Amino acid sequence: MSQLSVKHLLGIKDLSGKDIELILETAKHFKEVINRPIKKVPSLRDVTIANVFFENSTRTRLSFELAQKRLSADVINFSASASSVKKGETLLDTVNNILAMKVDMIVMRHASVGAPHFLAKHIKANIVNAGDGTHEHPTQALLDSFSIKEKLGTVGGKKVCIFGDILHSRVALSNIFALQKQGAEVMVCGPSTLIPKHIHELGVKVEHDIRKALLWCDVANVLRIQLERQTIKYFPTLREYSQYYGINKPLLDSLNKEIVIMHPGPINRGVELSSDVADSGHSIILNQVENGVAVRMAVLYLLAGVK
Amino acid sequence: MSKRIIIDNDLLQIMLDRLCQQLIESHDTFSDSVLIALQPRGVTLGNRIQKKLSKMVKKEIPLGYLDVTFFRDDFRRNESLIKANATNVPFLIEDKKVILIDDVLYTGRTIRAAMDAMLAFGRPKKVELLSLINRKYSRDMPIQPTFVGKEVICLESEKVLVELSPQEGGKDTIWLVKK
Repeated sequence: MSQLSVKHLLGIKDLSGKDIELILETAKHFKEVINRPIKKVPSLRDVTIANVFFENSTRTRLSFELAQKRLSADVINFSASASSVKKGETLLDTVNNILAMKVDMIVMRHASVGAPHFLAKHIKANIVNAGDGTHEHPTQALLDSFSIKEKLGTVGGKKVCIFGDILHSRVALSNIFALQKQGAEVMVCGPSTLIPKHIHELGVKVEHDIRKALLWCDVANVLRIQLERQTIKYFPTLREYSQYYGINKPLLDSLNKEIVIMHPGPINRGVELSSDVADSGHSIILNQVENGVAVRMAVLYLLAGVK
Repeated sequence: MSKRIIIDNDLLQIMLDRLCQQLIESHDTFSDSVLIALQPRGVTLGNRIQKKLSKMVKKEIPLGYLDVTFFRDDFRRNESLIKANATNVPFLIEDKKVILIDDVLYTGRTIRAAMDAMLAFGRPKKVELLSLINRKYSRDMPIQPTFVGKEVICLESEKVLVELSPQEGGKDTIWLVKK
C-alpha cells in the first residue's frame, strides 16, 4: 500500500526521503529475483517501454534494457545517431511519434539539461531520466545509495566524498541530493577549476587536498574526467591530474583505514583510479553494476504502478 | 465495524494438530516434501506448522517463504500498489512435493500467482494447498485447498481475520469482521 509521490523520475531533487526508501526497499526484493535460477517476473507484461538515447551509453542502456526484460516489458530502442533526428526532427515530435505507437514509458538520455522535464510537461507517458547533460542521473544515484547500504548497512550518518570532475557530473549532483535526503554527510574533492562555484550552498563540504578528503570519508565515489564535455582546459595535463587527484594503492595503504571505493564507470584506469585499487577488495564497482539492474527494475515497477 | 470470534484459542489448537496429523498421513516421513508459506499472512502459520511437524516426525522439515507480489494479475488495475515482501526459498523444488500454506483462501488469485512464482525454483512433482480458512462460494479461479482448517461461508462485505501468535502458547483467534 505504498507508492511513489511522483509520476516521472526526472531527478532525485523531486523525490522525498520516503520515495528513496521505497525504491531501495523494492530493489532489495528485485535483487533476490535476479539471483534466482529463473530471473524473470511477469509484472510489466502489458507495458511497452521506449529507450530513447540521444547520447552514448553502454552500462545505463544495457542495465535499463535488462531490467525491462526481467520485468517482462516490451522494449523498443532508439538512438539519435541512427534516426530522423539527424534530418531535423524536434525532440517533442520525435517522442510524440514514438508515443503514437502506444508506448507507456520513456527512458531518456539527452545532452541538454532539462530535456526530460520539458517532455514531462507535454506528454502523458511516464518518463525516467537516464541522464540529462550535466544535471541529474537519478538511477545512478539510487544504485550508489543501494550499494552503500548493502556494504555498510545504512547510508544515514556515513561520510561520502565525491572525487573528480564535479563541474560536469550529473552523477555528482544526483548523489548529493540522494545522500543528503538519507542523512549522509557529503564532501566534494577535486581541483578548484572542476568544482562548481557555489556548491557549498547545497550544504556539501569542499576539499582540494585528496589526502585530507580520504582521511575524512567512509566512502569514496570517484568520477571520470569528462573530457568530451570540457570545451576549455581545466587542468594542464591528464598526467598532472592523476598525480594530484588519482587514487592509488600506496596512497590508500598510507591512510591505514577502510574506505569503500565506488565508480559509476566508465573508468579511465591510471587517471582517477589505478588498476590495483579498482580491482581491490575495497572496490564495489561491479556490485554497483549488478545493483543497477535491481534498482532500475524497482523504479520501472513503481512508476508503472502510479495511476 | 463489528467483529465476532468464529474460532477461539482452544479450537484453533485442535485444528492445527489435526492439520499436522493429516499432513503426516499423506506425506509420511516428508522425505521429498517441502513447505512453502505465502508472504505476508501465511508466514506465521507456516512457522507454527513447521515447528509442530518437525517435532512430530523428529526431523527438520524445509520451509520457504514466497512473495507473489510481482506475479499478481491485478498490478496496474488496483488503486494502490501492494508492498513487496521477502522471498526466501533456500532449496530447489524440482521433483519435490510442495505444500503451499496460506491463512485464508478467498478468490484464489494469490494461489494462482503463487503457482507461477513457484516455478522459478523448479518443477515440483506435486503441489498441494493448505489453508486455515476456506471461504466457500467466493472463488474467481478453479482452485481448491487440499487441507482445510475450517470452511466459512460469508458475505463479500465481511472479512476473515486470522490472529496467530508467532509462538505456540500465545493467544490465537480467528475473527469475522463486518466492514
